[in-house]
Amino acid sequence: MNKRSFLERFALVPHAVWSILFIVAPLIFIIYFAFTDRNGNFTFANVTSLSNYANIFGLSVAFALIATVICLLVGYPLAFFISRLKPSKQKIMILLLMLPMWISLLIRTYSLMTLLDNGGLLNSLLNAVGFRNVQIVGTAGAVILGMVYDFLPYMVLPIYTSMSKLDIRYFEAAEDLGCNGWKTLRRVVLPLTVPGIISGITMVFVPSISTFYISQKLGGGSFDLIGDTIERQFMNKSYNVGAAISLVMMILILISVAVMNKFADDDKGGQLIV
Amino acid sequence: MEETKINENKKKMEQTKIIDLKNISKSYGGDPVLKNINLYIRDKEFVTLLGPSGCGKTTTLRIIGGFEQPDEGDVYFLSERINDVPPYKRSVNTVFQRYALFPHLNVYENVAFGLRVAKVKNDEISKRVKETLALVNLKGFEKRAVTTLSGGQQQRVAIARALVNNPKVLLLDEPLAALDLKLRKDMQNELKALHERTGITFIYVTHDQEEALSMSDTIVVMADGRIQQIGTPTDIYNEPKNAFVADFIGESNILDGVMIDDYRAKFAGVEFKCLDSGFDKNEPVDIVVRPEDVDIVPAEKGMLKGTVTGVTFKGVHWEIIVDIKGFKWMIQTTDYCAPDSVIGVYIEPDAIHVMKKSEYSGMFGDYSSYSEEFDELSVADPEAEEQTGEKDTEAADE
Amino acid sequence: MKVLSKIYMVIVFALLYAPIIVLVLFSFNEKGSLNQFTSFSFYWYKELFRDATALTALKNSLYLAVASSVLATVIGTLAAFGINRLRSKYIKTAVRSVTNIPMMNPDIVTGVSMMLLFVFAASMPFLPIKFGFVTMLIAHTTFNIPYVILSVLPRFAQMDKHLTEAALDLGCTPAGSFFRVELPFVLPGIVSGLMLGFTLSLDDFVISHFVSSPDFQTLPLYVYTQTAHKVKFSMYALCALMVFAILVLMLLVNFADSFSVGKAKVKRKNKTKTEVKENG
Repeated sequence: MNKRSFLERFALVPHAVWSILFIVAPLIFIIYFAFTDRNGNFTFANVTSLSNYANIFGLSVAFALIATVICLLVGYPLAFFISRLKPSKQKIMILLLMLPMWISLLIRTYSLMTLLDNGGLLNSLLNAVGFRNVQIVGTAGAVILGMVYDFLPYMVLPIYTSMSKLDIRYFEAAEDLGCNGWKTLRRVVLPLTVPGIISGITMVFVPSISTFYISQKLGGGSFDLIGDTIERQFMNKSYNVGAAISLVMMILILISVAVMNKFADDDKGGQLIV
Repeated sequence: MEETKINENKKKMEQTKIIDLKNISKSYGGDPVLKNINLYIRDKEFVTLLGPSGCGKTTTLRIIGGFEQPDEGDVYFLSERINDVPPYKRSVNTVFQRYALFPHLNVYENVAFGLRVAKVKNDEISKRVKETLALVNLKGFEKRAVTTLSGGQQQRVAIARALVNNPKVLLLDEPLAALDLKLRKDMQNELKALHERTGITFIYVTHDQEEALSMSDTIVVMADGRIQQIGTPTDIYNEPKNAFVADFIGESNILDGVMIDDYRAKFAGVEFKCLDSGFDKNEPVDIVVRPEDVDIVPAEKGMLKGTVTGVTFKGVHWEIIVDIKGFKWMIQTTDYCAPDSVIGVYIEPDAIHVMKKSEYSGMFGDYSSYSEEFDELSVADPEAEEQTGEKDTEAADE
Repeated sequence: MKVLSKIYMVIVFALLYAPIIVLVLFSFNEKGSLNQFTSFSFYWYKELFRDATALTALKNSLYLAVASSVLATVIGTLAAFGINRLRSKYIKTAVRSVTNIPMMNPDIVTGVSMMLLFVFAASMPFLPIKFGFVTMLIAHTTFNIPYVILSVLPRFAQMDKHLTEAALDLGCTPAGSFFRVELPFVLPGIVSGLMLGFTLSLDDFVISHFVSSPDFQTLPLYVYTQTAHKVKFSMYALCALMVFAILVLMLLVNFADSFSVGKAKVKRKNKTKTEVKENG
């Protein structure tokens, strides 16, 4: 049709207005606050003060990277095994995988904490079999465990999605051409699921590097990550430094996502849709 | 009695031009799809727009339906210009490719859709829907979900949905393309009968030349956004205007020739008597000889002489490929000829059709690379193959 | 191999569910203890429902979830319709990229960026914005819209465009065809978008954390403040209830999805056909 109806012409208007006001404008405000002082004067002070936070950035990146790698190592086989099940069973497993994703992060982290805590079930079980209490909460391991526990499904789902798209004939062809199970996995499955891996990495890395609740609860206050710093700055109404840190983190994430997407030739391969 | 009726109809048809397209041009993103189309359609006529995919036939139909606006030119409906009239205000209805039945409505509601929009009273709707469903042999299907119907049944619902609104013109966009061969033949007959019974003007788009020949009052052959020829099926077959039409409709041997004088054509190095006149002396022309019009005679008695290079049994006849002076002819004959035998051919004057040279001259060679599959592919639309996959499932529900 | 893979799956899923199951289980523990299950009781649930703040938070959460998901569904559905009809590829990409920002960005960035917007707006004398329901509604609607578009847009894209033309052909105006044909066709997508938005809103903590005020608390915010220092057992009951609510909602969403899949399949077949034939 050449003529556009009223509806066609204006259907996008509410969304466009909303996006400009509440998506684009807030991002501009981050930039604005990052480069101004309390009185609204232009300054580089916030950005230059970021050097004080270098070790926080380093720690956060390290934690997030470790958590992402563990998620990948645990999640990839899981996705592969699920994808080889019967379709009806696959559906159930995926539902089981998605259920925790829908439970508030708060509740999941909180429940993990109570399980691991000094007076928690794990330690009382250990006591029962004669071990001493193990201090878990408050260690770096607990924080990373929390990230893995909270975000593992985000790794498995996209990888599973790209695996389930693989044609069964690929496996048959690979076997026909002399691949055993392991070789098939390495030479056929792995290359074809790269898009899923990439989007899984993104989906675990981004929330891991920006979390503050996990480090607060499971780190017992002994680890300060970027998320904690931002949260504290904003809660203390120190918007300008907080904005500067957020801006840098956002840019860091954007760059790493862009770099990773370069690896994925087909960005549709494993995109997670809820 | 029957004949006089048809004649009366024919007379009436000539009286009114129901659709008139004048100098229509249309392009998509700089690619011209229609180049100066001029075409009128008479009331109660069955007109077929025939051509290969990409020739502009569907675009022409969509312009008549109001779904596309021409870049240039005017569309008239009963001498009223309707360029700017939206589809929902035109008394024209469309049977869409792949039917476009509303999946959320059952058969009855699909057919009733147009009447409901027009706020027709419920009992009137019920009466008309029932009548129309009966007309397309779908009595008792009212409550069925359209997604559970076979291809042929969906097709009938689509036709009923359009017909129930009593349109002045019914547009049919390759309606039978998705059906398998046998069902397609049945539906062709049904559509023809519907046309006679309803007296509505049908404008039918297809790429299937056989369908066009057997159903239409008038065929409009299109290629490359232009009308190549308008005529009755017999005209189009017997008197193709150029090499494209000759090649597209049926099988033809198209040769380079020269019109030495009126009734004297020379091709394949030999002069033939023919029935055509009105050309310049020694004008280069294209010569069409249909495979079924060539007679095979012993080599020494032939006007031309050649070697048989291929023989295919076609059931009713043999199709043989004969190499005559390097040009491969196709000849359809009921007599078997052994491969590699030398035969003579005889061509009656009325079997020779002479055409002016056109942009299509020389584009259609001989039958040297001919094979059956190859031919099928060149005539059918690209999606034909894809559809065969689905035919099975659809036919199964039938 | 098969046995090994099964054992592996069982272990991972067991670890994934252990904390939640423990939490739900101990919410029924009569004694406020995490290492000893004494006897089954609803004590903490009763305690929870005596807590007026918790009930207010629940009410707030539901109000907010309904309002933001409905608003997001209206805006998102219209937007999906509009995006599907956009002809320019560049505009389409631009709109989709902006739409995806809230999904791509870490929640904390979305949260603080909106906080900054509201702080700025509140500082304007002519914009008396107060942190509370309005700011929460805006924030929740903003992060819901992309998900609504995500679930509705594919339905629009799947729709045979000849369906719209058929409606026009049969006498519908463009608006008429939107309501009579397009809306019913995309309805399953709208329903799952609505439920998705409702769930996300009910669930959100991070973004809400930055745009709410103490006088407008939602359940997650309430849980957050209550669990900040010491363990409160009525919070276990609350968390368990939220887990149940999510379970029910997810089953509903899943049901809506599988309901739409059957119909969508038929349409998708038709669509590929018509696309090929378009230039006929």
